Amino acid sequence: MSELKLNPYFGQYGGMFVPQLLVPALKQLESAFVDAQQDPAFLAEFQQLLTEYAGRPTPLTLTRNLSPNPLVKIYLKREDLLHGGAHKTNQVLGQALLTQRMGKKEVIAETGAGQHGVATALACALLGLKCRIYMGAKDIERQQPNVFRMKLMGATVIPVTAGSGTLKDAVNEAMRDWSATYETTHYMLGTAAGPHPFPTIVRDFQRMIGEESKAQILKAEGKLPDAVIACVGGGSNAIGMFADFIEEPNVRLIGVEPGGMGINTHQHGAALSTGSYGILHGAYTAIMQTTDGQIEESYSISAGLDYPAVGPQHTHLQQSGRAEYVAINDDEALAAFQLLAKAEGIIPALESSHAVAYALKLAAAATTPQVLLINLSGRGDKDLSHVHSVLAAQAQQHAQQANEGVV
Amino acid sequence: MQRYQQMFSRLATEGRGAFVPFVTLGDPNPALSFDIIKALIDGGADALELGIPFSDPIADGPTIQNANIRALAAGVTPAMSFELIKRIREYNDAIPIGLLLYSNIVMAKGVEAFYAVAAAAGVDSVLIADVPLHESKMFRQAAMAQNIAPIYIVPPNVDDDDLRAIASYGRGYTYLLSRSGVTGAETKAAMPTAELINRIRQYNPAPPLLGFGISSPDQVRDAIANGAAGAISGSAIVKLIEQHYHEPAVLLPALQQFASAMKAAT
Repeated sequence: MSELKLNPYFGQYGGMFVPQLLVPALKQLESAFVDAQQDPAFLAEFQQLLTEYAGRPTPLTLTRNLSPNPLVKIYLKREDLLHGGAHKTNQVLGQALLTQRMGKKEVIAETGAGQHGVATALACALLGLKCRIYMGAKDIERQQPNVFRMKLMGATVIPVTAGSGTLKDAVNEAMRDWSATYETTHYMLGTAAGPHPFPTIVRDFQRMIGEESKAQILKAEGKLPDAVIACVGGGSNAIGMFADFIEEPNVRLIGVEPGGMGINTHQHGAALSTGSYGILHGAYTAIMQTTDGQIEESYSISAGLDYPAVGPQHTHLQQSGRAEYVAINDDEALAAFQLLAKAEGIIPALESSHAVAYALKLAAAATTPQVLLINLSGRGDKDLSHVHSVLAAQAQQHAQQANEGVV
Repeated sequence: MQRYQQMFSRLATEGRGAFVPFVTLGDPNPALSFDIIKALIDGGADALELGIPFSDPIADGPTIQNANIRALAAGVTPAMSFELIKRIREYNDAIPIGLLLYSNIVMAKGVEAFYAVAAAAGVDSVLIADVPLHESKMFRQAAMAQNIAPIYIVPPNVDDDDLRAIASYGRGYTYLLSRSGVTGAETKAAMPTAELINRIRQYNPAPPLLGFGISSPDQVRDAIANGAAGAISGSAIVKLIEQHYHEPAVLLPALQQFASAMKAAT
């Protein structure tokens, strides 16, 4: 049995739980990644794409009006300003270069909110790769603008109706496709989850978020932040933000999971908050499951966080006590979405709104001066019609209750 | 796991190969599932390959995904699956019974506890579709402790190192994949050449059974002619279940006939 080049585990979490058939493809990817990381030409090309195409470095913005507490300064790392509208663009450029390096011409990907699908489509358009994207039928419905974006950039979008018709099912379908096509096709997994080596590759292709932030905040404040806050679905923007702070013990790392209708209901996507562990999509990690091990359907107002598992390094960071994970529910995220728009003129993605909402709670409770750093992982354009309809429905309900004398 | 050795030595004296049907336990419901498996045994199955329904079967195509969905919709749990296996074991004490399932079902029960329950139900082998060689140690040790054969998959892209390891760790039989992709009769088996099966057999693994895309007696005959010890057929059987599960009086004889036609080709 030939050995792996990198450790597939983070503590006891992670691994490579895939059909034997896919092992050679994962080993090939691992090998291409390890070689590329030592190849100055690869690193230079990646860097060039990040600066000249994607628009890195992204700014760090000190908010003027957002903080509810004069003791607390809130900074935003502006991944919403990255080409493509979210942090997803970073790592797809890296993986697209790896695809070329492996001599593969086609790419498959899964997408939830459509952000990874859009990112994959743009990277494939740029580098001349043919791409097909699996997307849950329910997600296609609530993310129409992103579906159109993908198609404009030449991607084929394949609806997945199996199961809950969301991200989990899109991943299943992409893995099934890959098990027949791995010789010619790269599976461009979109988050720091799944089987080894994806959690490592995606983290390392997102870690510039934390590296830039660290330099920027040191310049602005002369010190590190007290806490770094990021939303966690699969966990790619959070691990990208955290990676460079893990060795800084005085910086709190806080991951914010989607609490949906509340983590005491089954209507959420907060895998780390449930304390249940198992194997989904190739990794041993925190998952949402029944006592028999059937995977539960997750729920979140934000399609990008609607996933019943989380990347294995987050599970390890939680278990080792290095990072904290909390949940923010739909209503709180929706309120933060509106507040950031009104206070700063920035419309955040619903995903990132979860991180904003938790930062606001933290800020409100602070009794000493604090510097908080939020990873604003994406912009909210894609969510406008969804939020619009949710708010309209809420307004109608209030009006009705007022008429009936309930309120 | 001795039942596999007994089966293969019986087949050797008969000069024949094995026919092994696959179905999902509890599909479409526990009562009919028992009758389905009984029909397959009565039709001439040499061994059984049985799935425990799982919500996210990533190695399966649409036909077996639907079998999982039907069984889960009927409320089938791992505990009910084991009850069903016990009944099958009571019906036939000699037939080797293999489980083919996904790792999280094993993890949720606890690895050692799972194999203990499987052994008590009369299971002879366990194949976990999403546990490759690299991750197999803990499962293999728990299996061996319960006298259950750990089954390994040999994909068409296998390298010599992996073949050597599979030959040394595997017991019962070796699951030879006819092709890449997921389960399903839509994509036919690519028949491995006699040369490939010879190369595999040089490492002296447990007898190789060919699976994935096997749906006709001709394919069974070819597999055995090329050196396989038998063939596994799943989706073709599950398709019959899908078509006729509302009419057991049609389904059960059809399954028995299918099994006997496939067995006749061994």
